[in-house]
Amino acid sequence: MTQTTPLQTLRGHVGRVWSVAWSPTGTMLSSCGEDKNIRLWGKESFGTKFTAKAILSDCHQRTIRETAWSPCGNFIASASFDATTAIWDKRAGQFECNATLEGHENEVKSVTWSKSGQFLATCSRDKSVWVWEVGEEDEYECGAVINAHIQDVKKVRFHPHDNILASASYDDTVKLFKEDASEADWVNCATLKSHTSTVWSLAFDRTGTRLATCSDDQTVKIWKEYRPGNSAGIPTPDGDSVWKCVCTLSGHHGRTIYDISWCHSTDLIATGCGDDAIRIFKESTDHSSGDEVSFDLVHTVHGAHAQDVNCIAWNPMVPGMLASCSDDGEIKLWQFKLDTL
Amino acid sequence: MNPSGDALENINPTLYGKCEERLVTREEEDDDIADEFDSREIFDLIRNIYDPEHPLTLEELHVVDVSLINVDNTKNEIKVNFTPTIPHCSMATLIGLSIRVRLIRALPARFKVNVEITPGSHSTEFAINKQLADKERVAAALENSTLIGVINQCISRPVTAA
Repeated sequence: MTQTTPLQTLRGHVGRVWSVAWSPTGTMLSSCGEDKNIRLWGKESFGTKFTAKAILSDCHQRTIRETAWSPCGNFIASASFDATTAIWDKRAGQFECNATLEGHENEVKSVTWSKSGQFLATCSRDKSVWVWEVGEEDEYECGAVINAHIQDVKKVRFHPHDNILASASYDDTVKLFKEDASEADWVNCATLKSHTSTVWSLAFDRTGTRLATCSDDQTVKIWKEYRPGNSAGIPTPDGDSVWKCVCTLSGHHGRTIYDISWCHSTDLIATGCGDDAIRIFKESTDHSSGDEVSFDLVHTVHGAHAQDVNCIAWNPMVPGMLASCSDDGEIKLWQFKLDTL
Repeated sequence: MNPSGDALENINPTLYGKCEERLVTREEEDDDIADEFDSREIFDLIRNIYDPEHPLTLEELHVVDVSLINVDNTKNEIKVNFTPTIPHCSMATLIGLSIRVRLIRALPARFKVNVEITPGSHSTEFAINKQLADKERVAAALENSTLIGVINQCISRPVTAA
């Protein structure tokens, strides 16, 4: 027996809301969309409801596609169709834009911070992935321009522990990159091929040894890392880990799957889909062991939004709490309950 | 004459007659009667879009046809196939985008609209279909003021020689 209870609907954006992101402590939510504004939502002291705390505006000329919080919670990066990435900090007490990263030729689609806070990565319609080194005093130096994809890059995400970067693309692949200390460069260390259309998003599990991806081909895929010398006997010819697709979840989604979030406290996977639904998957303990992985659809919220669900995010501190946003201009908060949780 | 300023790609397109105007029934004018969308209504929304390089409508060029429109009111899905006049037409993406924009503006937001090339009618149909189905790229394209100007012109009136 499972259920998802709607907690709250947050309104304020005009038009499509592209993305939501929780602060590291799970107490604040940032959102952004085609109205070129970032909204920050938080609870009043002693309150239980989220309310609008701030609107960050006048920094981007076009749609803001995604926001990302630094691991320390003191910085927010925003990726925009205006080809720039802005860095907002709260040194002055409230978030202000004090740095703008330029270089991409075209729309910036996604932005992510490494766990250490040392690196920031962005990706663009111009097919490239850029890794920026975070210095002192608003200094961001471009450490690498990676031209490994042959099409529009949709999403970048750092590994939860290591300096490994994953990217998802319109070219139907996911690629992993690691820092090559000797060359002081970032190199492509794995290419994950199996999806048959655009890969819109990806999420690592808490261990960083598995990756979930979602696609326009209406499937979710689970990938597992096989390190050199693995007991399963999977060859690793280049001395790098090999990632293999160990599970494909098909037949559940009615249209493009725009986002996926893998909860690091409950291990549940949530998806946001173009058929307006939110779905939640749980690993099957009966059938999953090592190389045999299976996931069950444990809950579907049909009509979660009135239009496409663009982004979904598990709260990092409150188990089972979800945020979602949609083309319908709304942000919703949900509490998922599973009897066995 | 045409937006790219080059010579016309299809100099002498085949012309087709227009269909009869649809008769508005008494039931349709009665607001108390629920009236679902059908393929003819969708056709009426797009038949008078103009071709980017000819002062002719998509209906006159047989780019759109009522038989290539499917409406599923229960699932809120609308599928429109369009047929480029020539198999290597470089205007195909622009035509598909014009159809999408017209339908996005005219229809209630609950509708999921798919605009695709009629199978077998274009050399790069798969690539064009993928681009037209990518709402993020469509959204970015529609923030391009030059492009939206061209699309608005296709939707509203024929391109006239200066």
